[in-house]
Amino acid sequence: MNNEEKEVEHHHIVSPRIYLIIGGALLILTGTTAGVSYIDLGVFNAVVALAIAVFKASLVVLFFMHVKYSSRLTKLTVIAGIFIFLGLIGMTMSDYISRAWGRW
Amino acid sequence: MSDSTATGHALAAEPHHEHPSFQRHHFETVDQQFDATNFAMWLFLLTEVMFFGGLFTAYLILRNWYYPAFVEGSHQLSIFWGTANTAVLITSSFTMAMGVWCAETRRKSALLLCLGLTVFLGLIFLGIKSIEYHEKWEKHHVPGFHYSEQSFLNPSSDPEVYKEYHDAPLAADMANKTELYFFLYFAMTGMHALHMIIGIGILGFMIVRAKAGAYTNGHVTFVENFGLYWHFVDIIWIFLYPLLYLISRHT
Repeated sequence: MNNEEKEVEHHHIVSPRIYLIIGGALLILTGTTAGVSYIDLGVFNAVVALAIAVFKASLVVLFFMHVKYSSRLTKLTVIAGIFIFLGLIGMTMSDYISRAWGRW
Repeated sequence: MSDSTATGHALAAEPHHEHPSFQRHHFETVDQQFDATNFAMWLFLLTEVMFFGGLFTAYLILRNWYYPAFVEGSHQLSIFWGTANTAVLITSSFTMAMGVWCAETRRKSALLLCLGLTVFLGLIFLGIKSIEYHEKWEKHHVPGFHYSEQSFLNPSSDPEVYKEYHDAPLAADMANKTELYFFLYFAMTGMHALHMIIGIGILGFMIVRAKAGAYTNGHVTFVENFGLYWHFVDIIWIFLYPLLYLISRHT
Protein backbone atom coordinates (compact mmCIF):
# COMPACT_ATOMS: atom_id res chain seq x y z
CA MET A 1 0.00 0.00 0.00
CA ASN A 2 1.43 3.39 -0.90
CA ASN A 3 1.66 6.36 1.42
CA GLU A 4 -0.99 8.44 -0.26
CA GLU A 5 -3.55 5.71 0.25
CA LYS A 6 -2.54 5.43 3.91
CA GLU A 7 -3.43 9.05 4.57
CA VAL A 8 -6.71 9.07 2.69
CA GLU A 9 -8.08 5.58 3.29
CA HIS A 10 -10.05 5.70 6.53
CA HIS A 11 -11.11 2.12 6.53
CA HIS A 12 -8.13 -0.05 5.85
CA ILE A 13 -9.03 -3.73 5.63
CA VAL A 14 -6.37 -5.93 7.23
CA SER A 15 -5.93 -9.16 5.28
CA PRO A 16 -6.52 -12.66 6.74
CA ARG A 17 -2.88 -13.47 5.94
CA ILE A 18 -1.70 -10.88 8.46
CA TYR A 19 -4.18 -12.12 11.08
CA LEU A 20 -2.91 -15.67 10.53
CA ILE A 21 0.75 -14.65 10.87
CA ILE A 22 0.05 -12.62 14.03
CA GLY A 23 -2.15 -15.35 15.54
CA GLY A 24 0.58 -17.92 14.86
CA ALA A 25 3.28 -15.66 16.31
CA LEU A 26 1.20 -15.13 19.47
CA LEU A 27 0.78 -18.89 19.95
CA ILE A 28 4.52 -19.50 19.42
CA LEU A 29 5.35 -16.73 21.92
CA THR A 30 2.96 -18.29 24.44
CA GLY A 31 4.80 -21.60 24.09
CA THR A 32 8.14 -19.79 24.40
CA THR A 33 7.22 -17.92 27.57
CA ALA A 34 5.87 -21.14 29.15
CA GLY A 35 9.07 -22.98 28.18
CA VAL A 36 11.38 -20.24 29.46
CA SER A 37 9.63 -20.30 32.84
CA TYR A 38 11.02 -23.83 33.36
CA ILE A 39 14.60 -22.54 33.02
CA ASP A 40 16.06 -20.93 36.14
CA LEU A 41 17.15 -17.40 35.20
CA GLY A 42 16.92 -15.83 38.64
CA VAL A 43 15.41 -12.35 38.52
CA PHE A 44 15.43 -12.52 34.73
CA ASN A 45 12.54 -15.01 34.72
CA ALA A 46 10.20 -12.12 35.52
CA VAL A 47 11.98 -9.76 33.12
CA VAL A 48 11.82 -12.18 30.19
CA ALA A 49 8.19 -13.16 30.90
CA LEU A 50 7.11 -9.52 31.04
CA ALA A 51 9.12 -8.57 27.95
CA ILE A 52 7.41 -11.36 25.99
CA ALA A 53 4.01 -10.23 27.35
CA VAL A 54 4.67 -6.63 26.27
CA PHE A 55 5.69 -7.85 22.81
CA LYS A 56 2.56 -10.01 22.51
CA ALA A 57 0.34 -7.14 23.65
CA SER A 58 2.00 -4.85 21.07
CA LEU A 59 1.24 -7.33 18.29
CA VAL A 60 -2.41 -7.49 19.39
CA VAL A 61 -2.72 -3.68 19.59
CA LEU A 62 -0.95 -2.99 16.28
CA PHE A 63 -2.54 -5.67 14.11
CA PHE A 64 -5.66 -7.22 15.70
CA MET A 65 -6.77 -3.79 16.91
CA HIS A 66 -5.59 -2.14 13.67
CA VAL A 67 -3.66 0.66 15.39
CA LYS A 68 -0.86 0.35 12.83
CA TYR A 69 -3.42 1.30 10.17
CA SER A 70 -5.40 3.80 12.25
CA SER A 71 -5.56 7.57 12.34
CA ARG A 72 -3.07 9.67 14.28
CA LEU A 73 -5.82 10.43 16.79
CA THR A 74 -6.14 6.72 17.63
CA LYS A 75 -2.38 6.30 17.88
CA LEU A 76 -2.17 9.32 20.19
CA THR A 77 -5.01 7.93 22.33
CA VAL A 78 -3.23 4.60 22.77
CA ILE A 79 0.08 6.25 23.60
CA ALA A 80 -1.66 8.58 26.07
CA GLY A 81 -3.22 5.56 27.77
CA ILE A 82 0.12 3.79 28.16
CA PHE A 83 1.77 6.98 29.34
CA ILE A 84 -0.84 7.70 32.03
CA PHE A 85 -0.84 4.06 33.16
CA LEU A 86 2.95 4.02 33.59
CA GLY A 87 2.89 7.48 35.17
CA LEU A 88 0.34 6.44 37.79
CA ILE A 89 2.24 3.23 38.60
CA GLY A 90 5.49 5.22 38.79
CA MET A 91 4.04 7.81 41.16
CA THR A 92 2.38 5.18 43.35
CA MET A 93 5.62 3.18 43.55
CA SER A 94 7.68 6.27 44.36
CA ASP A 95 5.39 6.92 47.32
CA TYR A 96 5.48 3.36 48.66
CA ILE A 97 9.23 2.91 48.13
CA SER A 98 10.14 6.18 49.81
CA ARG A 99 7.90 5.85 52.89
CA ALA A 100 6.82 2.51 54.29
CA TRP A 101 8.82 -0.06 52.37
CA GLY A 102 9.44 -3.10 54.55
CA ARG A 103 7.78 -1.52 57.60
CA TRP A 104 4.26 -2.79 57.12
CA MET B 1 -20.57 1.42 20.18
CA SER B 2 -23.16 2.98 17.95
CA ASP B 3 -25.31 0.57 16.06
CA SER B 4 -27.41 3.06 14.27
CA THR B 5 -30.32 2.16 12.07
CA ALA B 6 -31.76 5.66 12.12
CA THR B 7 -35.35 4.46 11.73
CA GLY B 8 -36.75 7.43 13.61
CA HIS B 9 -34.93 9.85 11.36
CA ALA B 10 -35.79 8.03 8.18
CA LEU B 11 -39.51 8.59 8.75
CA ALA B 12 -39.16 12.31 9.32
CA ALA B 13 -36.32 12.97 6.95
CA GLU B 14 -36.69 15.08 3.92
CA PRO B 15 -34.85 13.72 0.92
CA HIS B 16 -32.33 16.57 1.01
CA HIS B 17 -29.19 14.49 0.91
CA GLU B 18 -28.28 10.96 -0.01
CA HIS B 19 -26.61 8.76 2.55
CA PRO B 20 -26.72 5.15 3.71
CA SER B 21 -29.52 4.35 6.15
CA PHE B 22 -27.00 3.59 8.91
CA GLN B 23 -25.42 7.05 8.79
CA ARG B 24 -26.79 9.25 11.54
CA HIS B 25 -27.80 12.74 10.55
CA HIS B 26 -25.37 14.58 12.80
CA PHE B 27 -22.41 13.10 10.91
CA GLU B 28 -21.14 14.49 7.63
CA THR B 29 -19.91 11.17 6.29
CA VAL B 30 -19.86 7.47 7.17
CA ASP B 31 -16.10 7.78 7.70
CA GLN B 32 -16.59 10.57 10.20
CA GLN B 33 -19.19 8.51 12.04
CA PHE B 34 -16.83 5.53 12.12
CA ASP B 35 -13.92 7.63 13.41
CA ALA B 36 -16.02 9.22 16.15
CA THR B 37 -17.40 5.94 17.49
CA ASN B 38 -13.99 4.29 17.17
CA PHE B 39 -12.42 7.10 19.19
CA ALA B 40 -15.15 6.75 21.82
CA MET B 41 -14.45 3.03 22.07
CA TRP B 42 -10.75 3.70 22.62
CA LEU B 43 -11.58 6.20 25.37
CA PHE B 44 -13.70 3.54 27.06
CA LEU B 45 -10.79 1.10 26.81
CA LEU B 46 -8.52 3.69 28.49
CA THR B 47 -10.90 3.72 31.48
CA GLU B 48 -10.61 -0.07 31.50
CA VAL B 49 -6.81 0.25 31.52
CA MET B 50 -7.11 2.45 34.63
CA PHE B 51 -9.46 -0.08 36.26
CA PHE B 52 -7.23 -3.11 35.73
CA GLY B 53 -4.17 -0.92 36.31
CA GLY B 54 -5.17 -0.52 39.96
CA LEU B 55 -5.30 -4.29 40.39
CA PHE B 56 -1.94 -4.76 38.67
CA THR B 57 -0.39 -2.08 40.89
CA ALA B 58 -1.77 -3.74 44.03
CA TYR B 59 -0.29 -7.04 42.84
CA LEU B 60 3.09 -5.41 42.18
CA ILE B 61 3.33 -3.82 45.63
CA LEU B 62 1.93 -6.71 47.66
CA ARG B 63 4.01 -9.31 45.82
CA ASN B 64 7.12 -7.35 46.77
CA TRP B 65 6.03 -6.93 50.38
CA TYR B 66 4.91 -10.50 51.00
CA TYR B 67 7.20 -12.14 48.50
CA PRO B 68 7.45 -15.70 50.01
CA ALA B 69 3.67 -15.87 50.44
CA PHE B 70 3.03 -14.78 46.85
CA VAL B 71 5.61 -17.22 45.48
CA GLU B 72 4.19 -20.21 47.34
CA GLY B 73 0.66 -19.07 46.56
CA SER B 74 1.35 -19.06 42.84
CA HIS B 75 2.89 -22.52 43.08
CA GLN B 76 -0.68 -23.68 43.62
CA LEU B 77 -1.62 -22.71 40.05
CA SER B 78 -1.34 -25.13 37.17
CA ILE B 79 0.97 -23.88 34.40
CA PHE B 80 -0.60 -26.46 32.11
CA TRP B 81 -4.12 -25.03 32.43
CA GLY B 82 -2.84 -21.45 32.34
CA THR B 83 -0.93 -22.03 29.11
CA ALA B 84 -3.83 -23.93 27.53
CA ASN B 85 -6.18 -21.08 28.41
CA THR B 86 -3.81 -18.49 26.95
CA ALA B 87 -3.75 -20.44 23.68
CA VAL B 88 -7.57 -20.70 23.69
CA LEU B 89 -7.99 -16.97 24.28
CA ILE B 90 -5.45 -15.98 21.62
CA THR B 91 -7.22 -18.24 19.14
CA SER B 92 -10.54 -16.58 20.02
CA SER B 93 -8.93 -13.19 19.35
CA PHE B 94 -7.85 -14.52 15.96
CA THR B 95 -11.38 -15.71 15.10
CA MET B 96 -12.75 -12.32 16.23
CA ALA B 97 -10.25 -10.48 14.01
CA MET B 98 -11.33 -12.72 11.13
CA GLY B 99 -14.93 -11.83 11.95
CA VAL B 100 -14.12 -8.16 11.42
CA TRP B 101 -12.60 -9.03 8.05
CA CYS B 102 -15.70 -11.06 7.09
CA ALA B 103 -17.93 -8.08 7.95
CA GLU B 104 -15.71 -5.70 5.97
CA THR B 105 -15.77 -7.96 2.92
CA ARG B 106 -19.50 -8.69 3.40
CA ARG B 107 -19.32 -12.46 3.92
CA LYS B 108 -22.36 -13.20 6.05
CA SER B 109 -22.03 -16.95 6.63
CA ALA B 110 -18.29 -16.68 7.31
CA LEU B 111 -19.01 -13.86 9.77
CA LEU B 112 -21.53 -16.06 11.59
CA LEU B 113 -18.96 -18.87 11.71
CA CYS B 114 -16.29 -16.55 13.16
CA LEU B 115 -18.63 -15.11 15.79
CA GLY B 116 -19.81 -18.62 16.69
CA LEU B 117 -16.22 -19.86 17.04
CA THR B 118 -15.37 -16.87 19.21
CA VAL B 119 -18.28 -17.69 21.54
CA PHE B 120 -17.23 -21.35 21.59
CA LEU B 121 -13.60 -20.55 22.47
CA GLY B 122 -14.74 -18.02 25.07
CA LEU B 123 -16.84 -20.72 26.73
CA ILE B 124 -13.89 -23.17 26.64
CA PHE B 125 -11.81 -20.54 28.42
CA LEU B 126 -14.45 -20.09 31.13
CA GLY B 127 -14.77 -23.87 31.42
CA ILE B 128 -11.04 -24.28 32.07
CA LYS B 129 -11.16 -21.36 34.50
CA SER B 130 -13.98 -23.06 36.41
CA ILE B 131 -11.91 -26.28 36.66
CA GLU B 132 -9.16 -24.19 38.26
CA TYR B 133 -11.56 -22.34 40.55
CA HIS B 134 -13.10 -25.64 41.62
CA GLU B 135 -9.70 -26.96 42.64
CA LYS B 136 -9.09 -23.84 44.75
CA TRP B 137 -12.48 -24.32 46.36
CA GLU B 138 -11.74 -27.95 47.24
CA LYS B 139 -8.36 -27.04 48.77
CA HIS B 140 -9.93 -24.20 50.81
CA HIS B 141 -7.90 -21.60 48.93
CA VAL B 142 -10.82 -19.25 48.33
CA PRO B 143 -10.23 -16.25 50.62
CA GLY B 144 -12.97 -15.66 53.15
CA PHE B 145 -14.55 -19.11 52.71
CA HIS B 146 -12.97 -21.34 55.38
CA TYR B 147 -9.56 -20.37 54.05
CA SER B 148 -6.87 -22.90 54.99
CA GLU B 149 -3.15 -22.11 55.28
CA GLN B 150 -2.30 -25.78 55.62
CA SER B 151 -0.52 -26.03 52.23
CA PHE B 152 1.82 -23.21 53.30
CA LEU B 153 2.40 -23.98 57.00
CA ASN B 154 3.10 -27.59 56.14
CA PRO B 155 3.83 -27.88 52.39
CA SER B 156 4.42 -31.65 52.48
CA SER B 157 0.74 -32.05 53.40
CA ASP B 158 0.01 -31.02 49.80
CA PRO B 159 1.95 -33.79 47.97
CA GLU B 160 0.99 -32.84 44.41
CA VAL B 161 2.48 -29.36 44.71
CA TYR B 162 5.25 -30.41 47.08
CA LYS B 163 6.79 -32.99 44.74
CA GLU B 164 7.25 -30.30 42.11
CA TYR B 165 8.42 -27.34 44.18
CA HIS B 166 9.68 -28.65 47.57
CA ASP B 167 8.55 -25.44 49.24
CA ALA B 168 9.83 -24.64 52.71
CA PRO B 169 7.16 -24.10 55.41
CA LEU B 170 6.19 -20.46 55.86
CA ALA B 171 6.08 -18.77 59.27
CA ALA B 172 2.56 -18.25 60.55
CA ASP B 173 2.47 -14.49 59.85
CA MET B 174 3.70 -15.02 56.27
CA ALA B 175 1.45 -18.04 55.59
CA ASN B 176 -1.39 -15.73 56.62
CA LYS B 177 -0.56 -13.48 53.66
CA THR B 178 -1.15 -16.23 51.08
CA GLU B 179 -4.84 -15.38 51.52
CA LEU B 180 -3.98 -11.96 50.06
CA TYR B 181 -2.40 -13.64 47.04
CA PHE B 182 -5.56 -15.64 46.44
CA PHE B 183 -7.70 -12.57 47.01
CA LEU B 184 -5.85 -10.82 44.17
CA TYR B 185 -5.87 -13.99 42.08
CA PHE B 186 -9.67 -14.20 42.29
CA ALA B 187 -10.16 -10.43 41.94
CA MET B 188 -8.02 -10.21 38.79
CA THR B 189 -9.04 -13.43 37.03
CA GLY B 190 -12.63 -12.92 38.22
CA MET B 191 -12.90 -9.40 36.76
CA HIS B 192 -11.30 -10.72 33.60
CA ALA B 193 -13.82 -13.58 33.46
CA LEU B 194 -16.68 -11.13 34.06
CA HIS B 195 -15.51 -9.13 31.04
CA MET B 196 -15.54 -12.33 29.00
CA ILE B 197 -19.06 -13.24 30.17
CA ILE B 198 -20.27 -9.77 29.15
CA GLY B 199 -18.43 -10.18 25.83
CA ILE B 200 -20.04 -13.55 25.17
CA GLY B 201 -23.45 -11.99 25.86
CA ILE B 202 -22.78 -9.24 23.32
CA LEU B 203 -21.51 -11.85 20.84
CA GLY B 204 -24.84 -13.67 21.18
CA PHE B 205 -26.66 -10.43 20.40
CA MET B 206 -24.35 -9.86 17.42
CA ILE B 207 -25.00 -13.35 16.03
CA VAL B 208 -28.75 -12.64 16.02
CA ARG B 209 -28.19 -9.28 14.31
CA ALA B 210 -25.66 -10.71 11.87
CA LYS B 211 -28.18 -13.36 10.78
CA ALA B 212 -30.43 -10.47 9.74
CA GLY B 213 -27.53 -9.09 7.69
CA ALA B 214 -26.83 -6.15 10.00
CA TYR B 215 -23.05 -6.08 9.66
CA THR B 216 -22.56 -7.14 6.05
CA ASN B 217 -24.17 -4.07 4.51
CA GLY B 218 -21.08 -1.87 4.78
CA HIS B 219 -21.78 -0.82 8.39
CA VAL B 220 -19.02 -2.58 10.34
CA THR B 221 -18.67 -0.16 13.28
CA PHE B 222 -20.26 -2.41 15.87
CA VAL B 223 -18.25 -5.50 14.91
CA GLU B 224 -15.03 -3.47 14.71
CA ASN B 225 -15.56 -1.84 18.11
CA PHE B 226 -16.61 -5.07 19.78
CA GLY B 227 -13.43 -6.58 18.32
CA LEU B 228 -11.44 -3.87 20.12
CA TYR B 229 -13.13 -4.84 23.41
CA TRP B 230 -12.47 -8.56 22.90
CA HIS B 231 -8.80 -7.99 22.03
CA PHE B 232 -8.44 -5.72 25.05
CA VAL B 233 -9.69 -8.53 27.30
CA ASP B 234 -7.15 -10.78 25.57
CA ILE B 235 -4.35 -8.30 26.40
CA ILE B 236 -5.33 -8.27 30.09
CA TRP B 237 -4.95 -12.05 30.13
CA ILE B 238 -1.60 -11.82 28.27
CA PHE B 239 -0.31 -9.96 31.35
CA LEU B 240 -2.19 -11.95 34.01
CA TYR B 241 -0.79 -15.22 32.68
CA PRO B 242 2.94 -14.57 33.30
CA LEU B 243 2.33 -12.57 36.50
CA LEU B 244 0.11 -15.15 38.19
CA TYR B 245 1.39 -18.41 36.72
CA LEU B 246 4.93 -18.14 35.44
CA ILE B 247 7.26 -15.71 37.18
CA SER B 248 7.32 -17.45 40.58
CA ARG B 249 8.24 -20.92 39.38
CA HIS B 250 11.91 -20.71 40.35
CA THR B 251 11.84 -18.51 43.41
